[in-house]
Amino acid sequence: MRGTPRLVAALLTIVAALLLQVTVFPHLAWNGVVPDLVLLAVVGAALVTDPRFATLLGFGAGLLLDLAPPADHVAGRWALSLLVVGYVVGRLAHDHQSAQSAQSGQAGGGRPPYPLMLAAGAGGAFIGTSVFALSGTLLRDPVVGVGDMLEVVLAAVAYDVLVALVVLPVTVWLFTREPGAKHGQVTPRASWRTPV
Amino acid sequence: MSLDTRPPRQRPARQVATQRERDEARGLPSRSLLVALVLACVALMVVDSTSGEESPVAPVRRVVGEVLGPAQAGAATVLEPIVALPDAFHTNADLRHDLAEAEALNDQYEQELLKNPYDANRLAEWEGLAGQGNDNGYLLAPARVIGYGSAQSFSSTVTIDAGTDAGLRPDLTVLNPDGLVGRIIEVTSHTATVLLVIDPESTVGGRVGDNMENGFVAGRGGLADGDPLELRLLDNTVVPEKGQTVVTWGSEGGAPYVAGVPIGEVAKVYEDLRAGTYRAVLEPYVDFTNLDRVGVVVPTGGEGVIEPGAFE
Repeated sequence: MRGTPRLVAALLTIVAALLLQVTVFPHLAWNGVVPDLVLLAVVGAALVTDPRFATLLGFGAGLLLDLAPPADHVAGRWALSLLVVGYVVGRLAHDHQSAQSAQSGQAGGGRPPYPLMLAAGAGGAFIGTSVFALSGTLLRDPVVGVGDMLEVVLAAVAYDVLVALVVLPVTVWLFTREPGAKHGQVTPRASWRTPV
Repeated sequence: MSLDTRPPRQRPARQVATQRERDEARGLPSRSLLVALVLACVALMVVDSTSGEESPVAPVRRVVGEVLGPAQAGAATVLEPIVALPDAFHTNADLRHDLAEAEALNDQYEQELLKNPYDANRLAEWEGLAGQGNDNGYLLAPARVIGYGSAQSFSSTVTIDAGTDAGLRPDLTVLNPDGLVGRIIEVTSHTATVLLVIDPESTVGGRVGDNMENGFVAGRGGLADGDPLELRLLDNTVVPEKGQTVVTWGSEGGAPYVAGVPIGEVAKVYEDLRAGTYRAVLEPYVDFTNLDRVGVVVPTGGEGVIEPGAFE
């Protein structure tokens, strides 16, 4: 999937994830720790789209998370975290994929294997929440002890992996839904140089 | 002899893709794009954190809130019956047990209240508050909590479904029947963002009910089951005692906090040996993990505002 349908799918996924994250999941929160649905949506998109799109999507989703009520922290922190998550997960998934397709001598079709999705979810959650927490330390946004911080980050990763069992396959399915869409398709882009 | 009249070849014999072209072909973001995005994030953070009150981000937040606030309210309304479903299943024995437990607890609390001199004075107020009846002379605008900030954001904020349409503005006190919830920091037309008292950036002027000693109650954030509130008295010689009630001391003009709203009771007392002061940990009366109906103290009446002495 690419072009406008992909953008629409991305927008809908992110907004739905945001609404669920702030309205529904707090009722199922563990000590206030809610699964980062927006982060998982970015990870899911990064697994099946190209890293450029994943990076931009992470930036946009993070910006929304920074600005939507009831956010009160310094704006730009989630944008930075999710940008990093989108880039790292997208890049790793992409490299893994090209290595695999080079080995088997065919373009990797279909969806990433389930364990890979879970690993990506766990890694993404750890990177995202950690970058957010560290940016808070640098900005002295709320002054929270490192112990508390680590506890929250680990709890968040654990909860995210649990939720990723369901959320990641759904997101991956959403972004690969279009018939004929190939795994790891690259968005065509006008070349910067005109051929001579 | 024949002349080679063919035009020179258009293309060079070998074309070597540059690093950037290879990256682009693989769908990797160019380095300049990455740098631009990261710098955008950093710039946003710096602008927002240094400009304080009149941050240029505030109007943007407001616009996003205008769009997403009603969506949150809608989602909360649609999902309310589903979320409440587990509470609907009770056996008769369960209910009886709950009732007996609640009655015992109620008796115990009433006893405690009567014993405590300050609380005895405030008992009438408490009973009024318990039905959101509001006996302390404040006008309350009712609201429901529709969105929660996550612990991963390290700040404790919630969204409520009343905004400027209900006469709300920043720096108004938010309470519920149990006690002080927080204050409003941002409003849109239909929603408002509330900074809870347990947020690390929240500080409330508090007063111990027994001896009218003033102090500051600061939020500590972190996980909800920790010790979310901390009291430091202005007078270093006074030692807070376990079980004492702490109420708001009230700001000038009633903003951001009105006087006399219960915050919590002293649960533990620590002595800071180096500074020679005492630090008390408060057990808040409000259950912050389970907020639903709240009231906002508004300066003037309007539609839907609960008048003092209602429900009596």
